[in-house]
Amino acid sequence: MSNLPIVPFLIVFPMIVALFMLLIPVNEKANRVRNTIAYFSAVLIMGGVAVLIFQWGMNGFRTMDLFKHTETVDQLTLLGEVVLMIVVTFLAFKYQRAWIAILSIVPTLAIGYLELYGPKSKSIEAMTRVRVDHLSVLMCVIVGIIGSLIIIYAVGYMHGYHHYVHSWVEDRRNYFFMILFLFLGAMFGFVLSDSLTWIQLFWETTSVCSFLLIGYTREEIAIQNSFRALWMNLLGGCALTAGIIYFDYLAKSLSFRDLVDYALLHRGSAMIPVALIAFAALTKAAQLPFSTWLLGAMVAPTPSSALLHSATMVKAGIYVLFRLAPAMSGTTTGMMISFAGGFTFLAASFMAIAQSDGKKVLAMSTISNLGLMVACAGVGTPETIWAGVFLMIFHAVSKSLLFQDVGATENSLGTRDVEEMHGLLYRLPMLAICMFIGIAGMFLAPFGMLISKWSALRAAVDENNIILVLMVVFGSATTSFYWTKWLGKIIASTNEGPVRDITKLNEKISILIHTVMMIALCVLVPVLTTSYVQPLLAEMFTSSKNAQVLPTSILYILVLLIVFVFLAPAIAYVFSKNMKANQKLAYMSGINTGKNDAFTDSFGEEKKLQLSNFYFKDVFGQRKIMLPCQLVTFTVIVVMFCVILGGAL
Amino acid sequence: MVERIILILCYILLAPFLGGILEGFDRKISARMQGRIGPPIRQPFYDLIKLFKKQYIVVNHSVHFLLLSYSALMILTGSMFFGGADLLLCFFVLSTAATFLYFAAVITNSPYSTIGAQRELVQMMSYEPAVLLTAVGFYLATGSFNVADIIQSDYSLIVKMPGFFVAFVFIMTIKMRKSPFDTAASHHPHQELVKGITTEMGGKNLGIFNVTEWYENVFLFGVVALFILNKNPWSYLACALVILFVYFIEILIDNSCARVKYHLMLKMTWMVTLFSAGVNLLILMLIR
Amino acid sequence: MANVKKSPWLIHYDGSSCNGCDIEVLACMTPVYDAERLGVENTGDPMQADILLITGGINSQAVPVVKQIYDQMPRPKVVVAVGVCACTGGIFKECYNVLGGADVVVPVDIYVPGCAARPQSIIDGIIQARDLFQKRSKEHDALVKAGKTYDEYKEEEANG
Repeated sequence: MSNLPIVPFLIVFPMIVALFMLLIPVNEKANRVRNTIAYFSAVLIMGGVAVLIFQWGMNGFRTMDLFKHTETVDQLTLLGEVVLMIVVTFLAFKYQRAWIAILSIVPTLAIGYLELYGPKSKSIEAMTRVRVDHLSVLMCVIVGIIGSLIIIYAVGYMHGYHHYVHSWVEDRRNYFFMILFLFLGAMFGFVLSDSLTWIQLFWETTSVCSFLLIGYTREEIAIQNSFRALWMNLLGGCALTAGIIYFDYLAKSLSFRDLVDYALLHRGSAMIPVALIAFAALTKAAQLPFSTWLLGAMVAPTPSSALLHSATMVKAGIYVLFRLAPAMSGTTTGMMISFAGGFTFLAASFMAIAQSDGKKVLAMSTISNLGLMVACAGVGTPETIWAGVFLMIFHAVSKSLLFQDVGATENSLGTRDVEEMHGLLYRLPMLAICMFIGIAGMFLAPFGMLISKWSALRAAVDENNIILVLMVVFGSATTSFYWTKWLGKIIASTNEGPVRDITKLNEKISILIHTVMMIALCVLVPVLTTSYVQPLLAEMFTSSKNAQVLPTSILYILVLLIVFVFLAPAIAYVFSKNMKANQKLAYMSGINTGKNDAFTDSFGEEKKLQLSNFYFKDVFGQRKIMLPCQLVTFTVIVVMFCVILGGAL
Repeated sequence: MVERIILILCYILLAPFLGGILEGFDRKISARMQGRIGPPIRQPFYDLIKLFKKQYIVVNHSVHFLLLSYSALMILTGSMFFGGADLLLCFFVLSTAATFLYFAAVITNSPYSTIGAQRELVQMMSYEPAVLLTAVGFYLATGSFNVADIIQSDYSLIVKMPGFFVAFVFIMTIKMRKSPFDTAASHHPHQELVKGITTEMGGKNLGIFNVTEWYENVFLFGVVALFILNKNPWSYLACALVILFVYFIEILIDNSCARVKYHLMLKMTWMVTLFSAGVNLLILMLIR
Repeated sequence: MANVKKSPWLIHYDGSSCNGCDIEVLACMTPVYDAERLGVENTGDPMQADILLITGGINSQAVPVVKQIYDQMPRPKVVVAVGVCACTGGIFKECYNVLGGADVVVPVDIYVPGCAARPQSIIDGIIQARDLFQKRSKEHDALVKAGKTYDEYKEEEANG
């Protein structure tokens, strides 16, 4: 049995770097050192992921069970749990929210009790701690590449952040980078682990990282939002712990794989841990009724929003659900989870319409897309997982791109309000073009997200899931609405001159690589399907038929369409560029003052013209519909647990 | 294969004429409904020729290439449809085309044009669910999304999907810019915002816009035809009659309704979509 | 088919008038007179219009407005002054703020008299205007063929 030595490297190396990051103080000279270390570590992590793929490929791209005899490491994880508990308890008491500490103390003690005095399964000595398969490698690639790029971006961004827009915030960059690296390590650990106790530890670590990053500025609002995120995620952690403990007493095993297999065999009682873990995944993926924490998390500096709150950490919930998907398929749990996800998709896309803060729109859209992935996982057939995996890939890349872009725009422009991005194309051309491509990738045919949404729709139809069909159909209509109006804002012509682009080179590099990746991914869909996603599905579902929803011919047509969508405007542009045309003033009933940006008012004075998008605040406003939506999903979850408990007892 | 290519070529070459003639009849019939004589049937073509002969003036130079892209994507949609491609794919490209129209309107930064464009977006949001559901309905009824397969059914699909038909005809009122849902741009001068999205399109640009609308109308009637067409050759006649009937209904609605606010439009279309297409969808899923 | 005169599209501008002529202009579009049978469309948008129909006199505030609307119309274009006020200033001519008829700001081609102008005479004015429109369109075509702009043409004309 060959081991993959790169696996411990991926988990431990970022954590060691994190320690270095903390030790380097914040001043001009030391910053340079830290930045250099950050660059090198980011590249090393990317290299690590490449090595992982290589070594795994050498072993034939098959599922690998590793690290069977690592009891000492198990004890280390227990130590890690205790450290996390102490950190949370300390901060909870410091900021007078002592009750939150309970949510950390209880599961930690419970896990500790389980490990020390719990039922010892016969196979505990030879249990798989780490499992490498297609899904976990895919997650590693996402975390590794996007995470490293975001760290490269963060070096430049945090400089601008502290010098321009948020100069009043205390500069704690060492702390910031420490948590970013710590998070990367935890995330690698999370997706590679098969041991439930390890999963629990890394899960809690990502929750705490997210909490600490949200509170980075130490403003009142930031502290409030960070604790909201903390308690919701810890609540999920409690559910996860409860699920683990229940399962251990039920089946005497602490392997995630065993849990899925066990649930496939024994439907009734095994659904309780599945439902509990799925519930935990809902909190992590910020599904309704827990979506508010992700919205609050937008106060954090943009790199953390990009990395934790859209590209990777929230995907941890999706990852868990994908793992559980075979077990949930066709059960009440699956149905309820897919309803909660589908409903979140619809409701969040409604609420995104009423938002004008760029990051809030991105957050709402993240929640919405995560909802669709949750729905796909809940249905749990190979077809929906196919759609879900592609949703995850495309969403990670394009959202990371958009967050970084909006962050860079905010540094240069001083605001991230969509209304203020009027004519961005002429004021910050590079950022605007990347933003344009990123947004187009989120909804426009024939880009990636649309392909996935399309296959989700088809899969839902095949499953006779009418509610999901309706939600996808209405949700995609509202999704186009809020993205299109944003695109319109970017390209609207303006008389305001260009803004000084203070985006640093490293930010630009990261953004450009993301843009290129996004277009490349769209073109590569057919290849990805056959070479990667099909084996992934074969691994997940034993009865693997051809799970592809969209026939390959259509995928190739889509690639052609992408070319067309780029070429048609380009040709039309070249064709019309040299056309002689008389330029006239825009029609304003004859009272245009001559520059298209003002008109003569009834007092004969010049009045500035302001054009704004529709927001429907009184219909789709967050204040108006958040609470009812939360109630609906809360009820669904309660009903789910009632049904499962009723069925199991 | 050759058949399909001929059909696509027919669409590309003949659709503007068909669309133009239909609009000519539209104006004539509307006039007669109002007790007027009305313009000659060929009037839309007179207008078109004049538009292309006029001086080319713009507010923003980019409008032209965006409109050309809109037109190209619209023609692509129709070509894919008549080439027997996937229906959902056609609808997705259709919405991409509409997005380019939106861009052409907002890039001018002109107030009337922008208001019209915003309303166009609301219209898109209103009709999108019904359009997508129609495709889903065809899939449930025939087991395929491909237009080529759908027309091979043994009977007219309207039997199985009357609810979808109602919903689709309902949103065609929006797509064809007919009152009461002509909020983005109107054919009639008695509305509060007349030219809306086309305010800054004059001469050649407006001509391109008009021709693209004709392409779009022919495509939409093609979708209506899908509800009727089957293996029986007589169904082609029936489908022509149904198309004319649907067009007449649209003209009648156009002439007998006052424009509604876009809030009401959104509510009405979604309700109709949900209760007509949604219920039909449920039934189709149950009997499948 | 090359008859552009079959499609004269209007834009209607109302200066300082008593609104009598405006009502009559609208009456032209009603079933009784039905100007649309001539292909007339009331566009309300200068960029799409061929004929500028002005009713009422021109006051000092309206001067830039009329100029701008006239300028926003693509060539070839025709201006029709409807009613005596638009022709000469009419009953308002002596008012402190009225400058006179439409021709004080833009070159008027057709004068339609009357107070208020009758629909029949307005339609007659439009018919004359569309013939003129046809003539100018031919000139415009010749210019386009020669690859000249209108400004160059006018310069040449001025130079003899």
